[in-house]
Amino acid sequence: MDGESELAARFRAGDIRALARAISLVERRDPSVRALETPPKGGEGSAAVVGFTGAPGTGKSTLVDALVTLLRKQGKSVSVIATDPNSPFTGGAILGDRIRMQRHALDPKVFIRSMGARGHLGGLSLATREAIRLLGAFGFDQVILETVGVGQSELEVAAVADTTVVVMTPNLGDGVQMIKAGILEIADIFVVNKADLDGYQRVAMELRAMLSLNAPGATGAAASKPWKPPIITTVAARQEGIDELWAAIESHRRYLETSGRAQELAAKRLKDETAEVVADLARQQARLALGEDGALTEQLLKDGSPYRAAEEILNRIGSDGRKRGRG
Amino acid sequence: MKVRARDAKEVWKEEFESSPTRDDGVETSTISGIPLKPLYTADDLPKRDEEMPGAFPYTRGIHPGGYRGRLWTMRQFSGFATAEETNRRYKYLLANGQTGLSVAFDMPTLMGQDSDAPTSRGEIGHCGVAIDSLADMETLFDGIPLGEITTSMTINSPAAILLCMYIAVAEKQGVPASALGGTLQNDILKEFIAQKEFIFPPEPSMRLVVDSIEYCAKEVPKWNTISISGYHIREAGSTAAQELAFTLADGMAYVDACLERGMRIDDFASRLSFFFDAHIDFFEEIAKFRAARRIWARWMRERYGAQDERSLKLRFHTQTAGVSLTAQQPELNIARTAIEALAAVLGGTQSLHTNAMDEVLALPTDKAARLALRTQQLLAYETGVANTIDPLGGSYFVEALTDEIERQAEVYFKRIEELGGVIPAIEASFFQKEIADSAFRYQQELEQKRRLMVGVNEFTVDDEEPMEILRIDPKLEGEQVARVQEVRRTRDQARCSKALAALRKAATGTDNLMPYILESVRAYATEGEIMNTLIEVFGIYTETAVI
Amino acid sequence: MPVDTAVRPVRILVAKVGLDGHDRGVKVVARALRDAGYEVIYTGLRQTPEMVVDAALQEDAQVIGLSIHSGAHMTLFPAVVQELKRRKATDIVVFGGGIIPEDDIVALKKKGVAELFTPGTPLQEIVDWLRKRFPQGGG
Repeated sequence: MDGESELAARFRAGDIRALARAISLVERRDPSVRALETPPKGGEGSAAVVGFTGAPGTGKSTLVDALVTLLRKQGKSVSVIATDPNSPFTGGAILGDRIRMQRHALDPKVFIRSMGARGHLGGLSLATREAIRLLGAFGFDQVILETVGVGQSELEVAAVADTTVVVMTPNLGDGVQMIKAGILEIADIFVVNKADLDGYQRVAMELRAMLSLNAPGATGAAASKPWKPPIITTVAARQEGIDELWAAIESHRRYLETSGRAQELAAKRLKDETAEVVADLARQQARLALGEDGALTEQLLKDGSPYRAAEEILNRIGSDGRKRGRG
Repeated sequence: MKVRARDAKEVWKEEFESSPTRDDGVETSTISGIPLKPLYTADDLPKRDEEMPGAFPYTRGIHPGGYRGRLWTMRQFSGFATAEETNRRYKYLLANGQTGLSVAFDMPTLMGQDSDAPTSRGEIGHCGVAIDSLADMETLFDGIPLGEITTSMTINSPAAILLCMYIAVAEKQGVPASALGGTLQNDILKEFIAQKEFIFPPEPSMRLVVDSIEYCAKEVPKWNTISISGYHIREAGSTAAQELAFTLADGMAYVDACLERGMRIDDFASRLSFFFDAHIDFFEEIAKFRAARRIWARWMRERYGAQDERSLKLRFHTQTAGVSLTAQQPELNIARTAIEALAAVLGGTQSLHTNAMDEVLALPTDKAARLALRTQQLLAYETGVANTIDPLGGSYFVEALTDEIERQAEVYFKRIEELGGVIPAIEASFFQKEIADSAFRYQQELEQKRRLMVGVNEFTVDDEEPMEILRIDPKLEGEQVARVQEVRRTRDQARCSKALAALRKAATGTDNLMPYILESVRAYATEGEIMNTLIEVFGIYTETAVI
Repeated sequence: MPVDTAVRPVRILVAKVGLDGHDRGVKVVARALRDAGYEVIYTGLRQTPEMVVDAALQEDAQVIGLSIHSGAHMTLFPAVVQELKRRKATDIVVFGGGIIPEDDIVALKKKGVAELFTPGTPLQEIVDWLRKRFPQGGG
């Protein structure tokens, strides 16, 4: 497509619309803009990534908005990716996270993108990873990822963010004991937001107790120098505690670098992403084969063995999959 | 006797069940979804002592004399373009027999910004009259003696400022504040819930409301300091029971806030007033109005220990339902409005606004506005419905429906309490979600033709004759901008700056802000300048959108 | 060409321009569009034309849906179209809804607003219009 080169030129010239379109292409798993992404190994053109997750109503968007305000005061350019689930039935979605970030409307150094988690397996994190690389290549200093903590989404945030912030509030009534399994393992920082409401100290206390009980079983570089997730209290609506939150994020970043954990993570993520890409490509091939190849489907329905059909599809990928996968 | 009645009922039941029923697919529940029986009988009458008008719990009306003593106030909401034009319309309406004024402000005024603010472009004078400073308010009421009429002002976030402007105009006419009568809408909670014309966060917004109630209790004792409104909740798509429950819950939240300030219940409760919608489902609306009085009286006496009888009496204004009007075959709106107005009257309203047939298209023309007023006069003087107090009292159906709506409201009160009260429920988007769900349900029913709107999804015509509508001259915008800039140029700037600085300082403390706002208004500080001064201290509110 | 391209829903930016807060209509429409398979980005109340267009560009929306009930449509709808011109994004389709008299509908269409829907329009009519306009994606 000649559109690609034109798009690339506009992207490199700093055209916001080209960036927006490139993210759309990535979302639909179109490989044509992959050349615009810089190599994932840190250095120039790679933005720091902070992820925010938490239950609905914890004030994540307001918190992100407050953090953007702080970063803008420091002169940093910021991009935000806010994800919301799509309906598994219609594919439609209502994405409303921008509303709480209106303060930054028309600030050319702030880019906000709403993404629907379209429900195709692995799709979100692959698309998110690519979008993050695009944002870095475009020149944003900081990427903030925000997602509602439902289903598996917080695990996906942790899989791509350098620092994962889990947001809680005193007013949701379910208390710390209801905390979702796995959340302690992924949180690098806890925020107790809406700390102007009664009960925030209790939430922080319970959290502290729980963390001391569940000291993470660290491996690798982290084993000798484990990271202890701090608990920050904020009132995002009043910009309170945001400096402390940013200090904690920076401190975690320094920890990643000095402990050697950053390299480990980078290596692990490269491997994970590669495995996901393979799975994604295989899935595409499978859908294609089962959709187009009447003989294969016929055989499958006749003998009822998905494994035999899978083997056949994998064999085909072996012969021409790489070529097709590159698009 | 009793045995024979039961027999008759059984006979009817058999005959009903064997007779054919309509199969047009149209719902037989109320517009709010309350299931209805085909027939109500004595068995449906609640067991309770006979209720009487003018006596607790006031289900049958707050006055022993009903409309025999005094008819409702015919109060047509109006305002458009500039203060000068609206002043002319007011004089026209008063000359045609209207008995009170009701001011509609334009969007910039409602949102507390001056006409020369960038976001005011295209909005000036469209939804109501543009008021930027005391100078505009002087023009608005020029030649109208404020000591002799009552005025209702529909304004919320900047309500305190507009009330101060009214007081200041009266001062210039030589009318003391203590002689002023009227109503300030001043109901910020329903803005967060439904109409969304909020500016400050809930807490400082409530402070301003309580400040004005406290101030008026002493200085403007005949003023209705707040008109707790269900109208906008209903128009946003709620059911009748939600309208009733959310509005009364708001009312109790204001009572709580005033008590917290240290006021005594009987010192302010009698100045609280209400404002409801009169929708198209005739009997449901009548039941809603009756239930409202009973619930409020009971809560005020039992929960708040009010002693003064006037504290127990729920007084309300009604407006016919804007959402029930259609742009298609708009003349039909005259019929709709008449039926809705009848429901309001049979429900015992204290004052009434009837919508004009063209209000779904634009602000009403003189002719449409007069027709709307004439509809009320027709009800009052031709139909005879005002001759009997609570004429539907004792109706098996209406009494049962009144009880059902009361029951549904009580369920909502419990849920709101579980959420920690009205403000936490707002922050949790509880009301907003309930309303959006109801609105969506109704829309789907329309699409499936389980509800019909004449001229919209049934009985349509292809060629609609265009209706003549009121146009706002775009020239007015520039003139109004020039006017506010002229005020800023010619006022005593030192006095104005001093007043605003004092207001700012007071806002950071706990003083009642009314005297500071009044002084700023007298110094011709503009509405936008006063609001911005308060925004510096209070901040602005952004809602979580629930769809 | 990529294989098995995940169907990409048409993205519609829905905004309330003007100062009024009547969001009943915009919410009902947003729900209906979601249920029809569109990705709806709702930007909330009181958006200026500049904010609407900027958000639409960042979100790579193909369509902008505007709602207004304050009577300022003759100023604000064309201002959105103008802003799209200024940002060289005239391929983005603009439609609107609200209390808009017939004469104004004609005038607004001349000024580049693709379609206008008034109160009482069946939701299906809006969805059908979008499907005709964007046969390749969405619902």
